[in-house]
Amino acid sequence: MELSREEEKALKGEYGEALATAYRILVAIGEATGAQRLIKVEWAHISGVNYNTIGDAGLKFLEDFSKGMEGRKVIIKTTINPMGYDPQKLNNLGQDFTEKQSKIIEAYERLGIKGPYTCIPYEAFELPKAGTQVSFAESNAAVFVNSMLGLITNKESSLSALASAITGKAPDSGLRNTEMRNPKVIVNVRKKLRNELDFAILGYFAGKIDEPSIGIELNENMIIDKTHAKALSASLGLSGSAGLFKIGKFEKWKEKIEFTEKDAEMIKDEISNADKGDVIVFGSPQLGLKELERLVQLMKMRKFRKRCIIFCERGIFNRAKKLGIAEKLESANAEIYCDSCSCLTPYLSKENFDSVITNSVKAAYYLRNWNKLNVSLKSMEEIVEEECE
Amino acid sequence: MNCKSIIKGFAKGIVLKTERPINLLMLNDNGILNDAAHILNGKSVANRVLVFPYAVGSSVGAYRLYNLRVNKNAPNAIICLKPDLITVSGCAIANIPLVVCSLEDFKMIKDGIEISVDADKGEILF
Repeated sequence: MELSREEEKALKGEYGEALATAYRILVAIGEATGAQRLIKVEWAHISGVNYNTIGDAGLKFLEDFSKGMEGRKVIIKTTINPMGYDPQKLNNLGQDFTEKQSKIIEAYERLGIKGPYTCIPYEAFELPKAGTQVSFAESNAAVFVNSMLGLITNKESSLSALASAITGKAPDSGLRNTEMRNPKVIVNVRKKLRNELDFAILGYFAGKIDEPSIGIELNENMIIDKTHAKALSASLGLSGSAGLFKIGKFEKWKEKIEFTEKDAEMIKDEISNADKGDVIVFGSPQLGLKELERLVQLMKMRKFRKRCIIFCERGIFNRAKKLGIAEKLESANAEIYCDSCSCLTPYLSKENFDSVITNSVKAAYYLRNWNKLNVSLKSMEEIVEEECE
Repeated sequence: MNCKSIIKGFAKGIVLKTERPINLLMLNDNGILNDAAHILNGKSVANRVLVFPYAVGSSVGAYRLYNLRVNKNAPNAIICLKPDLITVSGCAIANIPLVVCSLEDFKMIKDGIEISVDADKGEILF
């Protein structure tokens, strides 16, 4: 890999150990993925914020790294993933958790990185034009902006996105190479996709294909809206390494794989292990305004029979408050949590719950495998019909 | 056998192998994988030579590798088929020797055998 003289100097540590670490990450990735050089990126979205994900070692790394920057900050637009909790809803999370979470936030703030804490930067912020190079960790966001908005990113890691934020650069490889963005393997959808859950299951299926980019051929007359695309992006990012899907008809391909009703059932059986649950969870990804509106519409003035926890982006929550949507949901027994999400959340512990009902494949996966809860996967519409009165 | 060196170093260990990708975020501090549908569910990567195709899922997996190193439960070395950004960046920070091998060689490496990974020279020694 060819580096400029300035990049060489930074890598050798002439501008401090922290910047050298950032370049070491970028160069290691560049060498591994066959990049010739580093290129400029305009926006970094960072993951590794929730204390439950990065742990004490991650906290220590971020403290050392941010102090090692000696007052220097990120040099491009940098946004940040959800943390572990909503500071306005402490519940009984315990001081140890909230203190350590605060220290992580302080370390990011030392680097000039502040909230809102969101996994849907594509709904929370103004967007650059298609073709812009960015560096997005948070798997659902990387897949969504590549696939739906034409931004260009690899499916970055927490560390590579952090390195991009500090240096303004990323290795020129993978999906930054136009040829890699053309899918060679196509999923031919042979099943009717009725709702966001069906799209999420399709995403989980497609993610198991070992390709950087995946083509999806829908049936005639089938359309994909933003909610569907979010669900698909989240579960594609969860089950696989692909960072991009393309929907359309394809003339050339290496392999075509059918997605049938039976495939969908097998995936649902793999993830969902309960019929019922004692709490309802909406999000991951955090809900946008459209999804909150849709929930209110489906509920038709009814109330949830059990606890319902909704994860939502702070700015969107504020808009929902102004529009009266938040009040409608809260008066129907829903609790809205911001700055956090369902992945590795301490809110949904085994001590408080046995089982969860959710429409998110990503939430279901983490709640089952990390929180050790039983999960029941249902679409938003099914959940409302069964759990509201 | 020859392999491509990604993160330098030399390490020995007993192979823990899977043909299936891993969501590294699901490795707890002890190195145990918590993924109900995965064949390595409940197994620990600690002090083994981890052989797997590539990482999937969470971008935070990179921090988990670092976490394992700090907790002295990291794999001694990693051999994979495809250098994904999560594994590469995690190994870079955690100083875990990492090499990429061909599919034929990948098939030759059996679970449970002792091997050495020389990521300085780009060699796997049986």
